[in-house]
Amino acid sequence: MEFLRPTTWDDALAARAAHPGALPIQGGTDVMVELNFDVRRPAALLDLTGVAELRGWDADGDAIRIGAGVPYARIIAELGGRLPGLAQAARTVGSPQIRNRGTVGGNLGAASPAGDSHPPLLASGATVEAESAARGVREIPVGEFYTGPKRSALEPDELIRAIRVPTAPGPQYFAKIGTRNAMVIAVCSFAVALDPARRRAGTGIGSAGPTPLRAREAEDFLAAHLDWDGGGPLDDVVARKFGDLVAGAASPIDDVRGTAAYRGHALGVLARRTLGWAWREHTGQTRREAS
Amino acid sequence: MAAPVKAPGRVDAPGRGRVGDSPPRPDGTLKVTGEFAYASDLWMSGMLWGATLRSPHPRARIRSLDVGPALATPGVHAVLTHEDVPGAKVFGLDLPDQPVLAVDEVRYQGEPVALVAADHPEIARRALDRIVVDYEVLEPVTDARAVVADPERYRVQENGGIVRHQPVRVGDVDRARAEAEVVVTGEYEVGIQDQAFLGPEAGLAVPADDGGVDLYVSTQWIHRDVEQIAPCLDLPAERIRMTMAGVGGAFGGREDLSMQIHAAMLALRTGRPVKMSYNRRESFFGHVHRHPAWMRYEYGATKEGRLLYADVQIVLDGGAYTSSSMNVVGNAASLGVGPYEFPNLRIDGYGAYTNNPPCGAMRGFGAVQACFAYESMMDRLAAACGLTPVQIRHRNAVTQGSRLATGQIIDSPAPLAPMLERLEAMPLPPVADTSDLRNLPGGVAQTTHGEGVVRGIGYGVGIKNICFSEGFDDLSTARVRLEAIGGEPTVLVHTAAAEVGQGLVTLKAQIARTELGVDRVTIAPADNAVGNAGSSSASRQSYMTGGAVKAACEAVRAELLARAARRTGRGDLSVRNGVIVSRAAGEVATVAEILGDDPIEETREYHHRPTTPLDPVTGQGSSHTQLALCVHRAVVDVDVELGLVKVVELAAVQDVGRIMNRQSLEGQIHGGTAQGLGLAVMEEIVVADGAIRNPSFTDYLIPTILDMPPMRLDIVEYPDPHAPYGLRGAGEPPTLSSTPAIVAALRDATGKALTRVPVRPEHLVG
Repeated sequence: MEFLRPTTWDDALAARAAHPGALPIQGGTDVMVELNFDVRRPAALLDLTGVAELRGWDADGDAIRIGAGVPYARIIAELGGRLPGLAQAARTVGSPQIRNRGTVGGNLGAASPAGDSHPPLLASGATVEAESAARGVREIPVGEFYTGPKRSALEPDELIRAIRVPTAPGPQYFAKIGTRNAMVIAVCSFAVALDPARRRAGTGIGSAGPTPLRAREAEDFLAAHLDWDGGGPLDDVVARKFGDLVAGAASPIDDVRGTAAYRGHALGVLARRTLGWAWREHTGQTRREAS
Repeated sequence: MAAPVKAPGRVDAPGRGRVGDSPPRPDGTLKVTGEFAYASDLWMSGMLWGATLRSPHPRARIRSLDVGPALATPGVHAVLTHEDVPGAKVFGLDLPDQPVLAVDEVRYQGEPVALVAADHPEIARRALDRIVVDYEVLEPVTDARAVVADPERYRVQENGGIVRHQPVRVGDVDRARAEAEVVVTGEYEVGIQDQAFLGPEAGLAVPADDGGVDLYVSTQWIHRDVEQIAPCLDLPAERIRMTMAGVGGAFGGREDLSMQIHAAMLALRTGRPVKMSYNRRESFFGHVHRHPAWMRYEYGATKEGRLLYADVQIVLDGGAYTSSSMNVVGNAASLGVGPYEFPNLRIDGYGAYTNNPPCGAMRGFGAVQACFAYESMMDRLAAACGLTPVQIRHRNAVTQGSRLATGQIIDSPAPLAPMLERLEAMPLPPVADTSDLRNLPGGVAQTTHGEGVVRGIGYGVGIKNICFSEGFDDLSTARVRLEAIGGEPTVLVHTAAAEVGQGLVTLKAQIARTELGVDRVTIAPADNAVGNAGSSSASRQSYMTGGAVKAACEAVRAELLARAARRTGRGDLSVRNGVIVSRAAGEVATVAEILGDDPIEETREYHHRPTTPLDPVTGQGSSHTQLALCVHRAVVDVDVELGLVKVVELAAVQDVGRIMNRQSLEGQIHGGTAQGLGLAVMEEIVVADGAIRNPSFTDYLIPTILDMPPMRLDIVEYPDPHAPYGLRGAGEPPTLSSTPAIVAALRDATGKALTRVPVRPEHLVG
């Protein structure tokens, strides 16, 4: 197996173009497991950890542009205030060691429906900055990025350079079901993001369909039925209907981690609860930090 | 040949701790800093890598097998099949019925079919893909209860059928049923738990000049390994030299052979050292698991809750080969109703052969499965009689002098009633501080901020046999050498006992210091240059190898004092802190002076009291060496809308007879409790049509630090006069009682019946 180790972004793109069979690797928390267990046998590995351009994040207008090589640990430590949904999701990834290595860029590259960062990216309307040596940069709305189980809209000569996530315009919450209390892959997960100024709510569903999903009908329902100006408590009927719509938007299956019926049920509960927390925060109560 | 790199050597036991102290472990710092050499770290110049081709099918006939393409792969030195097994084609812990390599049929998914030795593990792995096996896939037998109902119809191998049926008959159950004022029934199920040790199966085989083989393996019982390996290699046992390599956990899963014969075959064939090291996935197929169980219980009692009878059927699924299933059935039957007095009993314990994953020894060994059922029944009976869980247990608790189900009289303390009183009196934890998500079900995955969370409390009691049972003489042997090195008396302790993490290596030094009054102790690597130590299982090594070290030290001390008596002409001598002391004259010589250049070495075997087999019809007999009790109280917070669980606290009272090393002991109780927690709420090998669906730590979940709560421990010491130092084996009992305590607490919180473990979120919300 060839091991390609570019140190600049241009070299990385050139290597990608020259070796379409090369598998990009960042933290290696997914790729190395697959190699060790002989699940994948790529012709080459394209190690992106030496590319300095990927290792930082910066504020870019109303968004944060996160380099594809920024590990979860830094998102938690440095972006919890501006991207609370993504930071909460990052906090649920693996163990401290995994969070020191793993990246949102890698999570997108793997495009597993169970990836923890996908729901908050969907809920907050993030875009993926993909680039190729031949055609330059293109912005892919994250809702169009996932095309199937472990498949994405990336072309064979493209690499993920960065993820652009709008700075949270309102409360955001992420919740994930697992059958133990840490270091667990999602049985299902859910993210909600409120944008009170635009009277919109975003959603993201994980591990309950062939790809990460948005619950568009549920989003429209909230846009129409939340008392955006009133500031009163959340109407329980609205919360329950929202839960039902989220559950209805998913297409879960029975597998070794859980049943479809349980996933549907749990998504309804998570949707209702996360909306409740977001609404309480919006209406003036203190938001709670994931600790 | 020279020893391999990372082979174990002698270690000096740190500290000066005697029996009852908690000196540091000799291997403690190395393990914490990552420097400890496990079997997977073994290396030798010129060695080859072995790999195993395993059956993808739970049951299939092998029509043909072509190793040609694999053998032609550059870098491959040998490809072996059953035809290359030099001697006996089958082996087994208790009954040789497991093929070294499949002959004409595979009977479980993962059964070894062929072996490869190559220059590099990757070449070996590629070569496995080039072995062409033509399988005729057969319908697997997967329903153990169907096998028990019709053993002739569902025979997966020559032996059957049913591995063992052990009845227990006491009194007249039918008459008691007619008289009972309260009758409760229940059906319970236990899923397959895995030992999930962190160091996968590994070892190194080195061909020796005498035609034999030197093996460095992480195992639990060196001598039994060699007894099984020798006939398969067609070698006399003395030409197999086995040294314990660093063990990364065992829990019963290393009691059966894994790669031992395979690596030896490859080494003998190629004339080169051969290393084998399973990866995590292969490990799930490379060792036996805990038997899954289906259990039907009926209890009758007076309305005051006094037990009148039990009618019990327990079915255990052992998979295709015998392994230790016979003894697991013996435990499940003899301990099937726990530490409670029943005047009338009808128990039927069965083990079945199927094509499900192979099952054998795991911490708790048959007693775990029954404990979940009988403790669930005690709670059911308590509810029916209007009693609390503690009251019903207290009312029926055994004590010294009580009869077990087998008729065996408990002839040492069995302080269950006072243990329950102490447990109930322990303070309860406060309500959860919900400002920290880690205190809530779901943890930082943030599934609740307190919504839907309900607290529950439950109790569990367990009784476990210590040492081997049913007439087996599981002796241990120790060689102890006392010599003056650089003017300082030094003890060398040599046994074949496996240090699997339990701390025996520490305890051996403590015993030597206690008995010989010497600080400096060195521990020799475990190997078969010294006599049999028996298995590191059944919570027996403190008792048995502890007993052997004590006996050998006593013999050394006797010789030391005899020499000192000859030198000083005094008969009132003892040894203390490296000095020979006369009662009348005080210090008369140093130990080093008495030793001079002439070391003292003694080897002793230690045997426990004989036990008897169980009567095959009535199940009566004094079958157990020693019995040990542990009681748990679990406090849980359950998110009743999502079915997620936070175990808030586990409190335990355990009788250990005598605390030998409090730190090691607490570690054992914590670890056993955690393993019981795993069985209660997450650990299961999920099987469909005989195939494992979750052979990885992604989907076979074991508790993390956020799942295992702090423990409140109360360790009591009621000495057993039959055991060395009065000690009672301690490693397994907490594994039994924590599971039913947690499930009882989940029932208390949710009102659900919860008759199967592990309890899954679906069961709590359904």
